[in-house]
Amino acid sequence: MDGLSPRPGEDAPALAAGPGRVVGRPVTRIEDLPLVRGEGLFAADVNFPRQLHMRVVRAEIAHGRIVSVDAEAARAMPGVVAVWTAADVADIPLIPFRATKVRGLEPYCQPVLARDRVRYVGEPVAVVFADDAYRAEDAAETVMVELEELPVVLDAAAPPGEFAPGHDTEPTVVRKEYGDIDAAFRSAHAVVELELSVGRHSGVPLETRGAIARYDAAHDVLELHGTAKKQHWNRDEIARLLGRPPQGVHLFEGHVGGGFGVRGELYPEDLLVCAAALRLRRPVKWIEDRREHLVATNHSRQQSHRIRAAVDAEGRLLGIDDAFFHDQGAYVRTHGARVADLAAGMLPGPYRLPAYRVAGHFRLTNKTPAATYRAPGRYETTFVRERLMDAIAARLGIDPVEIRRRNLVAAAEMPHARPLDALGTDVVLDSGDYEGLLDKALARFGWDAMQQELAARRAAGECVGAGLAFFVEKSGLGPSDGVRVTVDATGAVEVVSGAASVGQGVETALAQICAEALGVDYSRIRVVRGRTDRIEFGNGAHASRVTVMSGSATWQAALAVREMALECAAQLLQLSPAELTIREGVVTRADGLAGPSLTLAEIARGRGPNSPAMRGQTPGLTAERWFWSDHMAYPYGVHLAQIRIDAGTGGVTVERYLVANDIGRAINPMLVEGQIVGGLAQGLGGALLEEFRYDPSGQPLSTTLADYLIPTIAEMPEVDVLIAEDAPSPLNPLGVKGAGEGGTNGAGACIASAVDDALRRPGAITSLPVLPAHLRALLTEAP
Amino acid sequence: MSTRRIALTVNGTRHEAEAPVRQHLGDFLRGTLGLTGTHLGCEHGVCGACTVLLDGRAIRACLVLAVQAEDRAVTTVEGLAPSPEALHPLQAAFCANHGLQCGFCTPGMLTTLEEFLRDCPDPTEEEVRVAISGNLCRCTGYDSIVAATMEAARAMREAAA
Amino acid sequence: MKAAPFAYHDPRSVEEALHLLATLENARLLAGGQSLMPMLNMRVAFPDHLIDLNRVEGLAGITAEGGALRIGAMTRQRDIEESPLVRAHLPLMAEALTHVGHRQTRNRGTIGGSLCNLDPSAELVAVATALDAVLDVQGPSGVRDLSIHDLPLGFMTPSLAPEEMLTAIRIPLPPAGHGAAFEEFARRHGDYAITSAAAVLVLEGGRIARASLTLGGVGAGPLRLRTAEAALAGQAPSEALFREAAAACGSIEAMSDPQAPAWYRRRLAATLARRALAAAASRATTPARQGSLA
Repeated sequence: MDGLSPRPGEDAPALAAGPGRVVGRPVTRIEDLPLVRGEGLFAADVNFPRQLHMRVVRAEIAHGRIVSVDAEAARAMPGVVAVWTAADVADIPLIPFRATKVRGLEPYCQPVLARDRVRYVGEPVAVVFADDAYRAEDAAETVMVELEELPVVLDAAAPPGEFAPGHDTEPTVVRKEYGDIDAAFRSAHAVVELELSVGRHSGVPLETRGAIARYDAAHDVLELHGTAKKQHWNRDEIARLLGRPPQGVHLFEGHVGGGFGVRGELYPEDLLVCAAALRLRRPVKWIEDRREHLVATNHSRQQSHRIRAAVDAEGRLLGIDDAFFHDQGAYVRTHGARVADLAAGMLPGPYRLPAYRVAGHFRLTNKTPAATYRAPGRYETTFVRERLMDAIAARLGIDPVEIRRRNLVAAAEMPHARPLDALGTDVVLDSGDYEGLLDKALARFGWDAMQQELAARRAAGECVGAGLAFFVEKSGLGPSDGVRVTVDATGAVEVVSGAASVGQGVETALAQICAEALGVDYSRIRVVRGRTDRIEFGNGAHASRVTVMSGSATWQAALAVREMALECAAQLLQLSPAELTIREGVVTRADGLAGPSLTLAEIARGRGPNSPAMRGQTPGLTAERWFWSDHMAYPYGVHLAQIRIDAGTGGVTVERYLVANDIGRAINPMLVEGQIVGGLAQGLGGALLEEFRYDPSGQPLSTTLADYLIPTIAEMPEVDVLIAEDAPSPLNPLGVKGAGEGGTNGAGACIASAVDDALRRPGAITSLPVLPAHLRALLTEAP
Repeated sequence: MSTRRIALTVNGTRHEAEAPVRQHLGDFLRGTLGLTGTHLGCEHGVCGACTVLLDGRAIRACLVLAVQAEDRAVTTVEGLAPSPEALHPLQAAFCANHGLQCGFCTPGMLTTLEEFLRDCPDPTEEEVRVAISGNLCRCTGYDSIVAATMEAARAMREAAA
Repeated sequence: MKAAPFAYHDPRSVEEALHLLATLENARLLAGGQSLMPMLNMRVAFPDHLIDLNRVEGLAGITAEGGALRIGAMTRQRDIEESPLVRAHLPLMAEALTHVGHRQTRNRGTIGGSLCNLDPSAELVAVATALDAVLDVQGPSGVRDLSIHDLPLGFMTPSLAPEEMLTAIRIPLPPAGHGAAFEEFARRHGDYAITSAAAVLVLEGGRIARASLTLGGVGAGPLRLRTAEAALAGQAPSEALFREAAAACGSIEAMSDPQAPAWYRRRLAATLARRALAAAASRATTPARQGSLA
């Protein structure tokens, strides 16, 4: 804690509107240098002397009873130190999930090694530890797993099967409801009903997972390297599951080659390397290979919805009633039922909706377990909701833009509370001018002129169309985050946060905020993240929360240090703090007149522990501040696309794309744009290319990057980004909302809408991804 | 004969080392030589993260055996910058244009583009897009990489003029 | 994803390579490695011996021989793509190569490796078929000629004896002024095509004197549409003619998988064949306007 009396963080002044000295500017990143020089530290780059390599033996059928696992041959292979099966790790409990309101999921959690059944192809059954990665793989190949096949469940909408005796494959149904839904349908002018589905795809970062554990006996500390996203929660759970005190476990984050929701969750392999490092007393390294990644790391997205809307004669929504089936895969992982819960809570999006009822059937299947992926539950439900809006427009003969205008929540209605919850907090749309942004986006895209151009091209025989999708995101999930800002005796500034970095530019954003508050050069600030040994608590990097939560805490802590520095300087310079300011790390007169000055280094030295002036006070030029939030901030935006279909092949070319996104305030517009364009690439992947497919026996068919199709540059359209700051969030001193997920959110919905338009067949697209063979078939059927 | 002693030049420095014959060049560079800037994203030749220059040509290090590099010259991302203080124009332009986020694909992008700009010093944007079509990036959406490359090409032409 | 153990051999001559091939059990030749190396890394190929051809003398290079271009089996795809000889005389091959993988794989991948790997969708196999290539196949008893049309024995299985290797490919030059085009459809740029079409047209006096039309990706090997070729001969090129010729694709036998069922491949084939023929016709000129092979 700092030497001044602690103040509640909420008292800190808000950041003034408009670009600041460094906040709001497109400055270059402080993280880039090692990355462009090949000096990064990704998981596979971490090595320790005497390390062993772990190789996982994985299930080769989708559902079966384990008869036997014979590892004798493997144990005798050169370089092999140990081979473990379930019996060797029977003392490690099932991997838990982070608490939500949903109950009854505990029996469905995954063991670190399969116990008596395997439930998906890729499930860890045994592990080999050897002195070399090649030899570990040689030995793993010789482990014989005898299985007795059991019936597979691959369709989440089919009747539930048996997970284990006494437990069927539907652990829970997520239900939410408000308003008089039955009355809404009774009084409806029209009822529009659709069946829609989104394909199974996921984050698939370019770096696979990795985990390197080392037991430091000298300090009695278990270290885990290669971690990401949620270090503090993971540390606490690893400690608990392995029977150690949390202070005796340290997690370290190096560079992370993309997170996207899937990286940094607690997986079986993380616990296995930790247990092995403790028992074998050698460092243990595991690097996932790409084929493993595609069957072992969280999948996402797969849902099918049966949705109906009641509307009045003008197309205004009276009620929405949705039942969906969420394909969770084989186990409940660390997110519990979070994606299904978010889908249910966020489905209404930007529209005024008097009555709503949803039943989300959370179903287990014999596929890789699923969890969050960038815009979880929103990519899916934006597709569903916007398909519904297009269908209502078509049914009533209203323009698709107009139907949205009539239903958007108005700026005057903000904040707009819905009697709904998502992620355990009430949904209160905090701020926004939805229609204003829609107008800006249409104008920027040249929507009306484009329609004429498309009509001319259609007349000339081309199959072209345009579509749009409106979305509401959520960000800044609480409850808290703390940041400690310290100026040392050399004047160097350090920001220690409990956030994590998955490559999105966290360090730069926090440094900009700190620099703005403190009056120092952002590029010389050291930002520490993802380390449990440097800060006691942290909530990590997910759910677009870092800039909102850790950013606000950084702002407050840096302001506190500033105040402390000014008070010190004021005493020494015999001026009042109000007459002083800090520029480039030097305290000078605020009025710019010449006079004595003090550097932050001098002030920090004056506040050192041996300084007589500090007697009786906590020394240091440092402050820790906490930011709390009970509600999320809701960014919003609109996607617009112009596409062309090759009628001969069914191939879709996205010609032009605009993402307009209001994020309250852009700390660094260049980074925000990067988030949006990159997020869009992933969204387009899910719309047109990416899918985890399975054969009827549950064998995965997308097990290489030649089969799981990530967009290359050739598939990316010309992208325009409109960053709006019209609706700063009232919930934090910076006014920020998260920017990580808006680029992804609306892409599936928008492409579906544009493809419909090109086909001239409203409602043609009911599932994602849109496949060329399917379009070719639709084009043949066309009159 | 499961290992061989090989000699090769990496980033201008001659190395001699023992290599298991089945080891691919990516593992040799990363493991034996400690040059971990070359990243392995798939090990089956699709992602492009492991791209290095072999006798000046961009290749996938996961699809070449270490023993095949005997007597050859390899350039990795660590060999691009002229000194510890200075950056290669491509590296500088990637920083200036936000051409990277997580940075995992970056070494393969840079080595691919190093060869490309040598062959094609004054490219169109379309040519740049074709040049990096074999390098997957999961973060940027590629636009900023194209912008960075165009800027680097300009800088390199001006420096050469 | 690390290769299983194997013994490694790097012969310096064809004779040495052939000797190894004849004497070692379960040996495989390693050319550019752009298909075999992934199979080794993924442990779907398990040779006991790998015979690396990359240091064998005399297997790479492009030369004009009589009325043909001779391309050494170990010639890198990038060198073929950029060869002035190939660009001038075999524009079909140069065009198709831009679809073969990416810059980094073409820098390493070879024409011989691609032909012997015999992926059903491989562009170079379709092109060699369209151009009636003849292969030099060398074995213990010498060199034999093998028509490209006799190369596919089955799915990814070339008709080479275990002790034989491909050393060169000879492609008879189509007449100067011929028109050629390569069309393919893949989900992503650089991926193996779902279906491709290669067309070569020779025009004389405003009519088609000779036509070659080949489909890739529909069956285990490339499919020459001989009947359609015969029907094109003697006709004046027109959109209607090409549409009719391409309609023959409606009845071919085609492979099927969930993302590309047989009916879809047939429709793709018809579309791509029609486009390839039209593009080839638009590129064909009268022989007198083109230089001949030096």
